[in-house]
Amino acid sequence: MLTLANDLSRPLPMVRTGAVPAKEEEAAEIQTLPVKIDIRGLSIFYGKFRAIAEVTMAIPAHQVTAIIGPSGCGKSTLLRALNRMTDLTPGAHAEGDVILDGENILGPGVDVVPIRQRVGMVFQRPNPFPKSIYDNVAYGPRLYGVRKRVELDGIVERSLKQAALWDEVKDKLQQSGMALSGGQQQRLCIARALAVEPSVILMDEPASALDPIATLKIEDLMQQLKSEYTMVIVTHNMQQAARVADYTAFLMIDGERAGRLIEYGPTSRIFTKPEKKETEDYVTGRFG
Amino acid sequence: MTRTALDERLCQLVAEVLTLGSMVEQSAKDSVAALRHHDTAWARKIEARDQLINTHRFTIERGCLALIATQQPMAHDLRILAAVLEVITDIERMGDYIKGIAHIIPQLHPEPLPRHLPDRLDSMAEHGNSMLHRALTAFAAGDEQAARAIPAEDDLVDELYGEVYHELAEGLTAHPESVDHYTRLFWVAHNLERFADRVSNICERTIFTATGEIMEFSTSGGD
Repeated sequence: MLTLANDLSRPLPMVRTGAVPAKEEEAAEIQTLPVKIDIRGLSIFYGKFRAIAEVTMAIPAHQVTAIIGPSGCGKSTLLRALNRMTDLTPGAHAEGDVILDGENILGPGVDVVPIRQRVGMVFQRPNPFPKSIYDNVAYGPRLYGVRKRVELDGIVERSLKQAALWDEVKDKLQQSGMALSGGQQQRLCIARALAVEPSVILMDEPASALDPIATLKIEDLMQQLKSEYTMVIVTHNMQQAARVADYTAFLMIDGERAGRLIEYGPTSRIFTKPEKKETEDYVTGRFG
Repeated sequence: MTRTALDERLCQLVAEVLTLGSMVEQSAKDSVAALRHHDTAWARKIEARDQLINTHRFTIERGCLALIATQQPMAHDLRILAAVLEVITDIERMGDYIKGIAHIIPQLHPEPLPRHLPDRLDSMAEHGNSMLHRALTAFAAGDEQAARAIPAEDDLVDELYGEVYHELAEGLTAHPESVDHYTRLFWVAHNLERFADRVSNICERTIFTATGEIMEFSTSGGD
Protein backbone atom coordinates (compact mmCIF):
# COMPACT_ATOMS: atom_id res chain seq x y z
CA MET A 1 0.00 0.00 0.00
CA LEU A 2 1.14 3.52 -0.73
CA THR A 3 2.33 5.27 2.39
CA LEU A 4 3.42 8.81 2.93
CA ALA A 5 6.64 7.53 4.44
CA ASN A 6 7.84 5.29 1.63
CA ASP A 7 6.76 7.31 -1.38
CA LEU A 8 9.82 9.49 -1.68
CA SER A 9 9.32 10.31 -5.34
CA ARG A 10 7.26 13.34 -4.47
CA PRO A 11 7.05 15.83 -1.61
CA LEU A 12 5.08 14.74 1.40
CA PRO A 13 1.40 15.35 0.71
CA MET A 14 0.78 16.75 4.16
CA VAL A 15 3.45 19.40 3.92
CA ARG A 16 3.72 20.28 0.28
CA THR A 17 0.95 22.85 0.16
CA GLY A 18 0.63 26.12 1.94
CA ALA A 19 -2.77 24.99 3.14
CA VAL A 20 -1.26 22.25 5.21
CA PRO A 21 0.71 22.93 8.36
CA ALA A 22 4.31 21.79 8.30
CA LYS A 23 4.72 21.28 12.02
CA GLU A 24 7.46 18.74 12.40
CA GLU A 25 5.87 16.52 15.01
CA GLU A 26 2.54 16.63 13.21
CA ALA A 27 4.11 15.76 9.87
CA ALA A 28 6.00 12.92 11.54
CA GLU A 29 2.79 11.57 13.05
CA ILE A 30 0.88 11.75 9.79
CA GLN A 31 3.74 10.24 7.80
CA THR A 32 3.38 6.97 9.63
CA LEU A 33 -0.22 6.59 8.44
CA PRO A 34 -0.94 4.91 5.12
CA VAL A 35 -2.75 7.16 2.65
CA LYS A 36 -6.13 5.89 1.47
CA ILE A 37 -7.14 8.75 -0.77
CA ASP A 38 -4.59 11.21 -2.09
CA ILE A 39 -6.24 14.34 -3.44
CA ARG A 40 -3.91 16.40 -5.60
CA GLY A 41 -4.75 19.82 -6.96
CA LEU A 42 -8.44 18.98 -7.23
CA SER A 43 -10.80 21.55 -8.74
CA ILE A 44 -14.47 20.84 -9.44
CA PHE A 45 -16.38 22.97 -11.92
CA TYR A 46 -20.13 23.29 -12.39
CA GLY A 47 -20.12 24.70 -15.89
CA LYS A 48 -17.78 27.67 -15.70
CA PHE A 49 -18.20 28.08 -11.97
CA ARG A 50 -15.37 26.61 -9.95
CA ALA A 51 -16.90 25.17 -6.76
CA ILE A 52 -13.64 23.98 -5.21
CA ALA A 53 -10.18 25.09 -6.17
CA GLU A 54 -6.89 23.22 -6.08
CA VAL A 55 -7.49 21.12 -3.01
CA THR A 56 -4.55 18.97 -2.03
CA MET A 57 -4.81 16.67 0.94
CA ALA A 58 -4.01 13.08 1.84
CA ILE A 59 -6.74 11.17 3.65
CA PRO A 60 -5.26 8.56 5.95
CA ALA A 61 -6.61 5.02 6.02
CA HIS A 62 -8.58 3.78 9.03
CA GLN A 63 -9.08 7.25 10.41
CA VAL A 64 -12.07 9.56 10.54
CA THR A 65 -11.43 12.72 8.55
CA ALA A 66 -13.89 15.59 8.90
CA ILE A 67 -14.43 18.35 6.37
CA ILE A 68 -15.76 21.51 7.98
CA GLY A 69 -16.46 25.02 6.77
CA PRO A 70 -19.20 27.60 6.29
CA SER A 71 -22.23 26.93 4.10
CA GLY A 72 -21.44 26.96 0.41
CA CYS A 73 -17.70 26.40 0.83
CA GLY A 74 -17.70 23.22 -1.22
CA LYS A 75 -17.55 20.60 1.53
CA SER A 76 -20.16 18.33 -0.03
CA THR A 77 -18.71 18.86 -3.51
CA LEU A 78 -15.32 17.73 -2.28
CA LEU A 79 -16.85 14.70 -0.56
CA ARG A 80 -18.88 13.73 -3.64
CA ALA A 81 -15.79 13.96 -5.83
CA LEU A 82 -14.29 11.11 -3.80
CA ASN A 83 -16.60 8.56 -5.43
CA ARG A 84 -17.40 10.61 -8.54
CA MET A 85 -20.91 11.40 -7.44
CA THR A 86 -20.19 14.86 -8.85
CA ASP A 87 -20.50 13.22 -12.31
CA LEU A 88 -24.25 13.04 -11.69
CA THR A 89 -24.54 16.83 -11.82
CA PRO A 90 -24.96 18.00 -15.44
CA GLY A 91 -22.09 20.21 -16.57
CA ALA A 92 -19.79 19.19 -13.74
CA HIS A 93 -16.18 18.32 -14.43
CA ALA A 94 -13.04 17.83 -12.40
CA GLU A 95 -9.39 18.76 -12.75
CA GLY A 96 -6.59 17.27 -10.70
CA ASP A 97 -6.25 13.79 -9.24
CA VAL A 98 -8.12 11.71 -6.70
CA ILE A 99 -5.92 8.70 -6.10
CA LEU A 100 -7.66 5.84 -4.34
CA ASP A 101 -5.30 3.05 -3.29
CA GLY A 102 -2.84 4.22 -5.91
CA GLU A 103 -5.34 4.52 -8.78
CA ASN A 104 -6.52 7.86 -10.13
CA ILE A 105 -10.31 7.59 -10.11
CA LEU A 106 -10.56 10.70 -12.28
CA GLY A 107 -8.41 9.08 -14.96
CA PRO A 108 -9.76 8.47 -18.46
CA GLY A 109 -11.84 5.36 -18.99
CA VAL A 110 -12.31 4.65 -15.29
CA ASP A 111 -15.53 2.72 -14.61
CA VAL A 112 -17.43 4.48 -11.83
CA VAL A 113 -19.46 1.43 -10.78
CA PRO A 114 -16.62 -0.40 -8.99
CA ILE A 115 -15.48 2.94 -7.54
CA ARG A 116 -18.86 3.50 -5.92
CA GLN A 117 -18.71 -0.05 -4.62
CA ARG A 118 -15.35 0.69 -3.00
CA VAL A 119 -16.39 4.13 -1.77
CA GLY A 120 -19.84 4.08 -0.18
CA MET A 121 -21.93 7.09 0.67
CA VAL A 122 -24.38 7.96 3.44
CA PHE A 123 -26.51 11.07 3.02
CA GLN A 124 -27.92 13.75 5.27
CA ARG A 125 -31.48 12.44 5.31
CA PRO A 126 -31.95 8.73 5.87
CA ASN A 127 -33.15 7.38 2.50
CA PRO A 128 -34.06 3.72 2.87
CA PHE A 129 -35.70 2.14 -0.16
CA PRO A 130 -39.42 1.40 0.24
CA LYS A 131 -38.55 -2.22 0.81
CA SER A 132 -38.06 -4.54 3.75
CA ILE A 133 -35.09 -4.06 6.06
CA TYR A 134 -33.62 -7.25 4.60
CA ASP A 135 -34.05 -6.14 1.00
CA ASN A 136 -32.57 -2.73 1.73
CA VAL A 137 -29.33 -4.32 2.89
CA ALA A 138 -29.35 -7.09 0.28
CA TYR A 139 -29.99 -4.63 -2.55
CA GLY A 140 -26.36 -3.84 -3.33
CA PRO A 141 -25.03 -7.40 -3.09
CA ARG A 142 -27.87 -8.60 -5.39
CA LEU A 143 -26.93 -5.87 -7.85
CA TYR A 144 -23.39 -7.20 -7.81
CA GLY A 145 -24.63 -10.73 -8.52
CA VAL A 146 -25.00 -12.43 -5.15
CA ARG A 147 -27.97 -14.78 -5.50
CA LYS A 148 -27.58 -17.52 -2.90
CA ARG A 149 -29.97 -16.96 -0.01
CA VAL A 150 -27.55 -18.26 2.60
CA GLU A 151 -24.87 -15.91 1.36
CA LEU A 152 -27.25 -12.95 1.36
CA ASP A 153 -28.42 -13.87 4.87
CA GLY A 154 -24.82 -13.73 6.03
CA ILE A 155 -24.18 -10.37 4.40
CA VAL A 156 -27.38 -8.87 5.83
CA GLU A 157 -26.57 -10.06 9.35
CA ARG A 158 -22.93 -8.94 9.19
CA SER A 159 -23.84 -5.51 7.78
CA LEU A 160 -26.60 -4.87 10.31
CA LYS A 161 -24.29 -5.94 13.13
CA GLN A 162 -21.56 -3.61 11.90
CA ALA A 163 -24.10 -0.80 11.74
CA ALA A 164 -25.14 -1.55 15.35
CA LEU A 165 -28.72 -2.20 14.24
CA TRP A 166 -28.95 -6.02 14.27
CA ASP A 167 -30.22 -6.39 17.82
CA GLU A 168 -33.01 -3.90 17.18
CA VAL A 169 -34.27 -5.42 13.91
CA LYS A 170 -33.26 -9.10 13.83
CA ASP A 171 -36.82 -10.22 14.57
CA LYS A 172 -38.46 -7.99 11.97
CA LEU A 173 -36.22 -8.18 8.93
CA GLN A 174 -39.20 -8.41 6.61
CA GLN A 175 -40.77 -5.21 7.93
CA SER A 176 -40.42 -2.05 5.89
CA GLY A 177 -37.26 -0.06 6.40
CA MET A 178 -39.44 3.03 6.25
CA ALA A 179 -41.12 2.00 9.53
CA LEU A 180 -37.92 2.44 11.54
CA SER A 181 -37.09 5.59 13.54
CA GLY A 182 -34.93 8.26 11.90
CA GLY A 183 -31.80 7.13 13.72
CA GLN A 184 -32.49 3.48 12.86
CA GLN A 185 -33.15 4.40 9.23
CA GLN A 186 -29.78 6.14 9.07
CA ARG A 187 -28.04 3.08 10.53
CA LEU A 188 -29.95 0.97 7.97
CA CYS A 189 -28.49 3.19 5.25
CA ILE A 190 -25.04 2.65 6.76
CA ALA A 191 -25.67 -1.12 6.78
CA ARG A 192 -26.76 -0.88 3.13
CA ALA A 193 -23.52 0.92 2.30
CA LEU A 194 -21.44 -1.66 4.22
CA ALA A 195 -23.16 -4.64 2.51
CA VAL A 196 -21.16 -4.19 -0.70
CA GLU A 197 -17.89 -4.27 1.27
CA PRO A 198 -16.51 -0.84 0.50
CA SER A 199 -13.23 0.30 1.99
CA VAL A 200 -14.21 3.96 2.32
CA ILE A 201 -17.44 5.39 3.72
CA LEU A 202 -18.34 8.99 2.90
CA MET A 203 -20.91 10.64 5.14
CA ASP A 204 -22.55 13.92 4.23
CA GLU A 205 -24.04 15.48 7.38
CA PRO A 206 -25.11 11.99 8.50
CA ALA A 207 -26.62 13.11 11.80
CA SER A 208 -28.01 16.54 11.04
CA ALA A 209 -31.57 15.21 10.74
CA LEU A 210 -31.31 13.13 13.92
CA ASP A 211 -31.98 13.80 17.59
CA PRO A 212 -29.00 13.99 20.01
CA ILE A 213 -29.22 10.36 21.17
CA ALA A 214 -29.44 9.01 17.61
CA THR A 215 -26.58 11.36 16.72
CA LEU A 216 -24.37 9.92 19.44
CA LYS A 217 -25.14 6.40 18.20
CA ILE A 218 -24.00 7.35 14.70
CA GLU A 219 -20.87 8.96 16.14
CA ASP A 220 -20.10 5.85 18.20
CA LEU A 221 -20.59 3.80 15.08
CA MET A 222 -18.05 5.88 13.17
CA GLN A 223 -15.47 5.15 15.83
CA GLN A 224 -16.21 1.43 15.64
CA LEU A 225 -16.16 1.32 11.85
CA LYS A 226 -12.85 3.08 11.36
CA SER A 227 -10.87 -0.05 12.26
CA GLU A 228 -12.20 -1.60 9.04
CA TYR A 229 -13.03 1.41 6.90
CA THR A 230 -11.69 4.83 6.09
CA MET A 231 -14.29 7.40 7.05
CA VAL A 232 -14.73 10.87 5.60
CA ILE A 233 -17.48 13.04 7.04
CA VAL A 234 -18.84 16.44 6.12
CA THR A 235 -20.40 18.23 9.04
CA HIS A 236 -21.77 21.64 9.93
CA ASN A 237 -21.47 20.72 13.55
CA MET A 238 -18.00 21.62 14.77
CA GLN A 239 -18.50 19.81 18.06
CA GLN A 240 -19.30 16.70 16.08
CA ALA A 241 -16.08 17.06 14.09
CA ALA A 242 -14.21 17.60 17.35
CA ARG A 243 -15.78 14.49 18.87
CA VAL A 244 -15.45 12.01 16.04
CA ALA A 245 -12.68 13.05 13.69
CA ASP A 246 -8.99 12.18 13.92
CA TYR A 247 -8.16 14.73 11.23
CA THR A 248 -10.03 17.86 10.24
CA ALA A 249 -9.91 19.88 7.04
CA PHE A 250 -11.24 23.44 7.02
CA LEU A 251 -12.55 24.84 3.74
CA MET A 252 -13.57 28.40 2.97
CA ILE A 253 -14.54 30.27 -0.18
CA ASP A 254 -12.07 32.64 -1.78
CA GLY A 255 -12.81 35.95 -3.56
CA GLU A 256 -14.15 34.05 -6.57
CA ARG A 257 -16.48 31.98 -4.39
CA ALA A 258 -14.44 28.85 -4.93
CA GLY A 259 -13.89 26.61 -1.91
CA ARG A 260 -10.27 26.31 -0.87
CA LEU A 261 -8.57 24.17 1.74
CA ILE A 262 -7.39 26.60 4.40
CA GLU A 263 -5.99 24.23 6.97
CA TYR A 264 -5.76 20.49 7.54
CA GLY A 265 -4.33 18.61 10.47
CA PRO A 266 -5.03 16.56 13.59
CA THR A 267 -8.42 17.51 15.00
CA SER A 268 -7.04 18.27 18.45
CA ARG A 269 -4.73 20.87 16.99
CA ILE A 270 -7.29 22.42 14.65
CA PHE A 271 -9.58 23.04 17.64
CA THR A 272 -6.95 24.14 20.16
CA LYS A 273 -4.22 25.81 18.15
CA PRO A 274 -5.14 26.47 14.53
CA GLU A 275 -2.39 27.96 12.40
CA LYS A 276 -4.54 30.18 10.23
CA LYS A 277 -6.57 33.16 11.39
CA GLU A 278 -9.51 32.07 9.20
CA THR A 279 -9.60 28.71 10.96
CA GLU A 280 -9.35 30.38 14.37
CA ASP A 281 -12.24 32.71 13.51
CA TYR A 282 -14.37 29.83 12.27
CA VAL A 283 -13.78 27.35 15.10
CA THR A 284 -14.23 30.03 17.77
CA GLY A 285 -17.54 30.98 16.19
CA ARG A 286 -16.51 34.48 15.23
CA PHE A 287 -17.02 33.94 11.55
CA GLY A 288 -19.30 31.81 9.40
CA MET B 1 -20.49 36.98 13.72
CA THR B 2 -19.57 37.91 17.26
CA ARG B 3 -19.82 35.99 20.47
CA THR B 4 -20.75 38.73 22.89
CA ALA B 5 -21.74 36.50 25.80
CA LEU B 6 -18.56 34.45 25.60
CA ASP B 7 -16.34 37.50 25.13
CA GLU B 8 -17.90 39.30 28.09
CA ARG B 9 -17.56 36.32 30.39
CA LEU B 10 -13.94 35.75 29.34
CA CYS B 11 -13.14 39.39 30.13
CA GLN B 12 -14.86 39.09 33.49
CA LEU B 13 -12.94 35.94 34.36
CA VAL B 14 -9.61 37.54 33.48
CA ALA B 15 -10.57 40.59 35.58
CA GLU B 16 -11.36 38.26 38.47
CA VAL B 17 -7.92 36.67 38.08
CA LEU B 18 -6.41 40.15 38.48
CA THR B 19 -8.48 40.67 41.62
CA LEU B 20 -7.28 37.34 43.00
CA GLY B 21 -3.72 38.39 42.27
CA SER B 22 -4.15 41.74 44.03
CA MET B 23 -5.51 39.97 47.13
CA VAL B 24 -2.33 37.87 47.26
CA GLU B 25 -0.13 40.90 46.61
CA GLN B 26 -1.71 42.70 49.57
CA SER B 27 -1.16 39.68 51.81
CA ALA B 28 2.48 39.39 50.76
CA LYS B 29 3.08 43.04 51.50
CA ASP B 30 1.31 42.79 54.87
CA SER B 31 3.13 39.61 55.88
CA VAL B 32 6.62 41.13 55.83
CA ALA B 33 5.33 44.27 57.63
CA ALA B 34 3.63 42.15 60.31
CA LEU B 35 6.86 40.17 60.67
CA ARG B 36 8.95 43.33 61.04
CA HIS B 37 6.66 44.60 63.82
CA HIS B 38 5.98 41.18 65.29
CA ASP B 39 2.29 42.00 64.99
CA THR B 40 0.58 38.70 65.76
CA ALA B 41 -2.96 40.10 65.42
CA TRP B 42 -2.14 41.32 61.93
CA ALA B 43 -0.62 37.92 61.13
CA ARG B 44 -3.86 36.20 62.13
CA LYS B 45 -5.83 38.51 59.84
CA ILE B 46 -3.52 37.61 56.96
CA GLU B 47 -4.00 33.94 57.71
CA ALA B 48 -7.78 34.39 57.73
CA ARG B 49 -7.65 36.28 54.43
CA ASP B 50 -6.27 33.17 52.76
CA GLN B 51 -9.74 31.66 53.06
CA LEU B 52 -11.15 34.52 51.00
CA ILE B 53 -8.42 33.94 48.41
CA ASN B 54 -9.31 30.25 48.22
CA THR B 55 -13.02 31.02 47.92
CA HIS B 56 -12.41 33.51 45.13
CA ARG B 57 -10.24 31.00 43.30
CA PHE B 58 -13.06 28.41 43.39
CA THR B 59 -15.53 31.01 42.11
CA ILE B 60 -13.29 31.61 39.11
CA GLU B 61 -12.85 27.87 38.59
CA ARG B 62 -16.62 27.37 38.55
CA GLY B 63 -16.94 30.23 36.07
CA CYS B 64 -14.43 28.54 33.75
CA LEU B 65 -16.21 25.19 33.95
CA ALA B 66 -19.57 26.83 33.26
CA LEU B 67 -18.19 28.53 30.15
CA ILE B 68 -16.60 25.31 28.90
CA ALA B 69 -19.87 23.47 29.45
CA THR B 70 -22.16 26.07 27.94
CA GLN B 71 -20.20 27.93 25.27
CA GLN B 72 -18.01 25.23 23.69
CA PRO B 73 -14.95 27.50 23.53
CA MET B 74 -12.33 26.58 20.94
CA ALA B 75 -8.81 27.59 19.99
CA HIS B 76 -7.74 30.90 21.65
CA ASP B 77 -10.87 31.03 23.83
CA LEU B 78 -10.22 27.50 25.06
CA ARG B 79 -6.57 28.29 25.72
CA ILE B 80 -7.54 31.32 27.83
CA LEU B 81 -9.83 29.18 29.96
CA ALA B 82 -7.26 26.41 30.32
CA ALA B 83 -4.67 29.04 31.28
CA VAL B 84 -6.99 30.71 33.80
CA LEU B 85 -7.49 27.34 35.52
CA GLU B 86 -3.72 26.94 35.80
CA VAL B 87 -2.97 30.54 36.78
CA ILE B 88 -5.51 30.61 39.62
CA THR B 89 -3.92 27.45 41.01
CA ASP B 90 -0.55 29.19 41.02
CA ILE B 91 -1.92 32.36 42.60
CA GLU B 92 -3.72 30.38 45.27
CA ARG B 93 -0.51 28.48 46.01
CA MET B 94 1.35 31.78 46.28
CA GLY B 95 -1.29 32.80 48.80
CA ASP B 96 -0.51 29.61 50.73
CA TYR B 97 3.17 30.59 50.95
CA ILE B 98 2.12 33.92 52.47
CA LYS B 99 -0.29 32.19 54.81
CA GLY B 100 2.67 30.05 55.89
CA ILE B 101 4.60 33.21 56.78
CA ALA B 102 1.63 34.60 58.71
CA HIS B 103 1.39 31.32 60.59
CA ILE B 104 5.06 31.51 61.59
CA ILE B 105 4.96 35.09 62.96
CA PRO B 106 3.29 34.30 66.34
CA GLN B 107 5.81 31.46 66.84
CA LEU B 108 8.82 33.76 66.56
CA HIS B 109 10.61 35.07 69.64
CA PRO B 110 9.67 38.69 70.37
CA GLU B 111 13.27 39.73 70.10
CA PRO B 112 15.00 41.97 67.53
CA LEU B 113 15.40 40.34 64.15
CA PRO B 114 18.85 40.05 62.53
CA ARG B 115 19.86 43.52 61.40
CA HIS B 116 19.36 43.36 57.63
CA LEU B 117 16.66 40.74 57.64
CA PRO B 118 13.49 42.91 57.65
CA ASP B 119 14.73 45.04 54.74
CA ARG B 120 15.87 42.03 52.77
CA LEU B 121 12.55 40.24 53.31
CA ASP B 122 10.76 43.45 52.32
CA SER B 123 12.78 43.54 49.11
CA MET B 124 12.04 39.88 48.37
CA ALA B 125 8.30 40.47 48.85
CA GLU B 126 8.41 43.69 46.86
CA HIS B 127 10.20 42.09 43.90
CA GLY B 128 7.95 39.05 44.03
CA ASN B 129 4.88 41.28 44.10
CA SER B 130 6.16 43.42 41.26
CA MET B 131 6.79 40.29 39.16
CA LEU B 132 3.34 38.93 40.00
CA HIS B 133 1.65 42.22 39.17
CA ARG B 134 3.36 42.57 35.81
CA ALA B 135 2.92 38.87 34.99
CA LEU B 136 -0.82 39.19 35.51
CA THR B 137 -0.96 42.41 33.51
CA ALA B 138 0.82 40.58 30.68
CA PHE B 139 -1.59 37.65 31.09
CA ALA B 140 -4.63 39.91 30.80
CA ALA B 141 -3.14 41.69 27.78
CA GLY B 142 -1.87 38.49 26.14
CA ASP B 143 1.57 40.12 26.08
CA GLU B 144 3.86 37.27 25.12
CA GLN B 145 6.98 39.43 25.01
CA ALA B 146 6.57 40.64 28.61
CA ALA B 147 5.80 37.08 29.71
CA ARG B 148 9.08 35.89 28.21
CA ALA B 149 11.09 38.63 29.98
CA ILE B 150 9.69 38.58 33.53
CA PRO B 151 10.91 35.15 34.78
CA ALA B 152 14.58 36.20 34.47
CA GLU B 153 13.95 38.73 37.27
CA ASP B 154 13.62 35.81 39.64
CA ASP B 155 17.42 35.83 39.83
CA LEU B 156 17.24 38.99 41.94
CA VAL B 157 14.93 37.31 44.43
CA ASP B 158 17.25 34.31 44.50
CA GLU B 159 20.18 36.62 45.19
CA LEU B 160 18.34 38.24 48.10
CA TYR B 161 17.45 34.80 49.38
CA GLY B 162 21.16 33.92 49.34
CA GLU B 163 21.96 37.00 51.43
CA VAL B 164 19.17 36.21 53.91
CA TYR B 165 20.37 32.63 54.11
CA HIS B 166 23.91 33.69 55.02
CA GLU B 167 22.73 36.22 57.58
CA LEU B 168 20.51 33.62 59.23
CA ALA B 169 23.27 30.99 59.12
CA GLU B 170 25.61 33.40 60.89
CA GLY B 171 22.93 34.24 63.46
CA LEU B 172 22.25 30.58 64.10
CA THR B 173 25.97 29.88 64.56
CA ALA B 174 26.18 32.72 67.12
CA HIS B 175 22.93 31.72 68.88
CA PRO B 176 22.58 27.95 68.65
CA GLU B 177 20.10 28.06 71.54
CA SER B 178 17.63 29.88 69.21
CA VAL B 179 17.55 27.14 66.60
CA ASP B 180 13.71 27.13 66.42
CA HIS B 181 13.58 30.86 65.94
CA TYR B 182 16.14 30.81 63.11
CA THR B 183 14.64 27.75 61.44
CA ARG B 184 11.29 29.57 61.29
CA LEU B 185 12.95 32.61 59.76
CA PHE B 186 14.56 30.32 57.16
CA TRP B 187 11.05 29.16 56.30
CA VAL B 188 9.85 32.74 55.87
CA ALA B 189 12.64 33.45 53.37
CA HIS B 190 12.09 30.14 51.64
CA ASN B 191 8.38 30.90 51.19
CA LEU B 192 9.15 34.29 49.66
CA GLU B 193 11.63 32.67 47.30
CA ARG B 194 9.06 30.07 46.22
CA PHE B 195 6.44 32.81 45.91
CA ALA B 196 8.52 34.50 43.20
CA ASP B 197 9.26 31.18 41.47
CA ARG B 198 5.56 30.68 40.83
CA VAL B 199 5.41 33.81 38.70
CA SER B 200 7.24 31.90 35.96
CA ASN B 201 4.32 29.47 35.73
CA ILE B 202 1.94 32.36 35.11
CA CYS B 203 4.23 33.65 32.35
CA GLU B 204 4.32 30.17 30.80
CA ARG B 205 0.52 30.23 30.63
CA THR B 206 0.52 33.66 28.99
CA ILE B 207 2.81 32.31 26.29
CA PHE B 208 0.54 29.28 25.92
CA THR B 209 -2.52 31.49 25.55
CA ALA B 210 -0.84 33.69 22.98
CA THR B 211 0.87 31.01 20.90
CA GLY B 212 -0.40 27.58 21.90
CA GLU B 213 3.14 26.64 22.85
CA ILE B 214 3.41 24.64 26.07
CA MET B 215 6.82 25.47 27.48
CA GLU B 216 8.64 25.64 30.79
CA PHE B 217 11.14 28.20 32.04
CA SER B 218 14.07 26.54 33.74
CA THR B 219 14.01 27.64 37.35
CA SER B 220 16.61 27.52 40.09
CA GLY B 221 14.49 25.48 42.43
CA GLY B 222 12.10 22.56 42.12
CA ASP B 223 8.67 22.31 43.60
